[in-house]
Amino acid sequence: MTIAEDYKGQHPAWCPGCGNFSIMKSFRDAMVEMNIEPHKFTIVSGIGQAAKFPHYTKCNTFNGLHGRALPVASGMRIVNHEHLVMVFTGDGDCYGEGGNHFVHMEGMKTKNQPFGVFSEQLNPLALAIALDCSFVARGFSGEMGHLKELMKEAVQHRGFTLVDILQPCVSFNKINTFQWYKERVYHLDGSHDAEDRVKAFEKSLEWGERIPLGVLFRNNRPVYEERIMRKGFR
Amino acid sequence: MDYTIKIGGEAGQGIQTIGGTLARLFARSGYHVFTNQDYESRVRGGHNFYQVRLSDRQITASRDTVDILVAMDQASIILHEKELSRDGQVVYDSDALKQKYEGLHFFDTPFTQLAVAHGGQKIMANTVAIGSVLGMLEMEIDILIEILKTTFRKKGDDVIQGNVKAAEAGRNFVLKYCQKCSFTPAVRSKPRMLITGNDAIGLGAVASGLKFYSAYPMTPSTSIMNYVAGKEEEYGIIVEQAEDEIAAINMALGASFAGVRAMTGTSGGGFALMTEGLSLAGITETPIVIALAQRPGPATGLPTRTEQGDLQFALYGGHGEFPRVIFAPGTPEQAFYLTNKAFGIAEKYQIPVIIMTDQYLADAEWTYDRFDLNKIHYSDQRLRGADLQDFPDYKRHAFSDTGVFPLGVPGDSTHLIVTDSDEHDEEGHLIEDSETRMKMMDKRLFRKVPHIHEDIAPPLYYGKENADIVLTGWGSTYGVLREVVDVLSGTRSIGMLHFSEIYPLPETEKFDYLNILSKAEHALCIENNATAQFARLLRTETGYEFKGTILKYDGRPFTIDSLIKEIDDHSGRL
Repeated sequence: MTIAEDYKGQHPAWCPGCGNFSIMKSFRDAMVEMNIEPHKFTIVSGIGQAAKFPHYTKCNTFNGLHGRALPVASGMRIVNHEHLVMVFTGDGDCYGEGGNHFVHMEGMKTKNQPFGVFSEQLNPLALAIALDCSFVARGFSGEMGHLKELMKEAVQHRGFTLVDILQPCVSFNKINTFQWYKERVYHLDGSHDAEDRVKAFEKSLEWGERIPLGVLFRNNRPVYEERIMRKGFR
Repeated sequence: MDYTIKIGGEAGQGIQTIGGTLARLFARSGYHVFTNQDYESRVRGGHNFYQVRLSDRQITASRDTVDILVAMDQASIILHEKELSRDGQVVYDSDALKQKYEGLHFFDTPFTQLAVAHGGQKIMANTVAIGSVLGMLEMEIDILIEILKTTFRKKGDDVIQGNVKAAEAGRNFVLKYCQKCSFTPAVRSKPRMLITGNDAIGLGAVASGLKFYSAYPMTPSTSIMNYVAGKEEEYGIIVEQAEDEIAAINMALGASFAGVRAMTGTSGGGFALMTEGLSLAGITETPIVIALAQRPGPATGLPTRTEQGDLQFALYGGHGEFPRVIFAPGTPEQAFYLTNKAFGIAEKYQIPVIIMTDQYLADAEWTYDRFDLNKIHYSDQRLRGADLQDFPDYKRHAFSDTGVFPLGVPGDSTHLIVTDSDEHDEEGHLIEDSETRMKMMDKRLFRKVPHIHEDIAPPLYYGKENADIVLTGWGSTYGVLREVVDVLSGTRSIGMLHFSEIYPLPETEKFDYLNILSKAEHALCIENNATAQFARLLRTETGYEFKGTILKYDGRPFTIDSLIKEIDDHSGRL
């Protein structure tokens, strides 16, 4: 069995109080609970504070270029689909610089973590549902227990997963503060049918006074490697 | 025997079918074949041609004169009639062209009428045209019948029989009525293999253990992707069409990092997008092979035409300083072996290797007896499974005398494989300190480069020793230079120097090519570009300055006859 200490990497250079700390802790706890040893997965990242994640957490690492983590992760996963590949990335990295790769992502097991102010122009959850991404969820760095469970669910899900994480920036954002999020977020309950794409889309548009957390959308369809295997590849 | 057949017409008229079938037929008949294509960036209309040269001796380029012109439109006659040789013939269908041409060199063959009468379908007019060329060359029809059977296998016996009858009708018509046709074929010999430059790169990659190819299609590189995709299932290769070239190179790097041989391919515009990833390969020391099929730029340029305009770009593309190797094969055979060498070097030194081709070499078909698989090398440089597990204290970027530390496969052992686009320490984690930075630069660059140098082969010399005229070229000009040397060696003291391993520039210790150039009265650098980019490389690296250059940047390849004229001008003038 692994313990949280097994995943300890370099000392983080994040701002004191940054939500990344709680995201990292949630992630490590999730890994411990699932007993996934550090060498059993690779974190691919780009540039930004979120991209430093694999330096601070022990794992196989490909810390690549700004916005380019997703294609590297795709390449890795396509040639070794038994290996767990995750991406840690921020909103500038993933939705801005690397937006085109995000739009074209499909069939990969991937994590996604927006850093900093949420972009008003791009709604990643709505976009992911529109793309028929097979697992779309939202967590909050202020709710670590819930976030950990979301990550576990995402890791165990077969196919491309998007976990969009709300996170206040303690250094630069004085509007979308921890308090701001805390007052607005709520948990989706059993009344939400995550397999109903239209309902999921409706939930993804909910923003402002109330912000839903949890699994918005889930679609259990064959993933990339299954489609490849069907073609007769080994 | 040395005949050239040119098939001209609009896109969509079956020019490629006629030309391609004739080329295969001649190759199977045991002749030496050389083909080149000229086409526009459109699906229908415009003017295109397919030129097939066949001979009973080795040929490596196109001639300017045409012996048989198959004209599928009026433009073919307007543009190419003047290229006819003394006994040359134009074969055409006056019904289809809605024009009757007078003159002894025109032979009107009712392609469509014969197709309907004998084959049963108008669409078989192209098969009649192929048959008529066979008739003109007085060649037997048996091999064509075999080809028709394979081509139309899926369409059933009726279609096969219709096409066979159409071909026979075309052939018989010419044999019966063309009094001016006086071509005589050489004796057939054993079938030869027919292959393009790009297919040879694809074949070389497959033979080298390629497992992952990601690209965004871009002329003239796309045929490499298509070739490899055709071998996907047979050899367990994944071909992924990425959303753009940025993704393509990053995917290939991901695949390589994960433990397999990976490659991408593009043309200049796509390579521009890839340069960031090229630099990433540099700092992460991730092996990758990149095929760069050049077309004339700048920007979109002439998408379907040829140029050697990206050498300096390939040399300097990518930010920062890191080692790279550039190959530029001159023939499909060189493309095959150099692709294998590219994988070997990329894996051995953990660097990017660029294979440069261009539209001319990409699409040109050459004939060979065979490629020798015994000359293919494969050695897995990576640490996998138990080999990695047994490695004490593995660090991805550990310092070593050669600058190379074995690449481990992530997930294969408890060792962590860590790399970073930031400057990093031996483990692969990001650093900021100057001492580690210096050591890493030394490792990646200065320790590796001397070893890489040792693996680079000298240029090829062909022709008279101590020649007065030395033609120098790189990449796709090999064939035309060689034929020019053959033609001129009867009357001139001439030789050629051809570079296919371009960068790092071969050392002169093994073979002193600079001495050959310095001693020649006329050392000419011949390039398919406007600024003599290879001459600039040679000057930069060695200080040697060419006395003369012959440059062509009209988007078309050099041809034997016009190049001879230019060499005459030069050596006469100088």
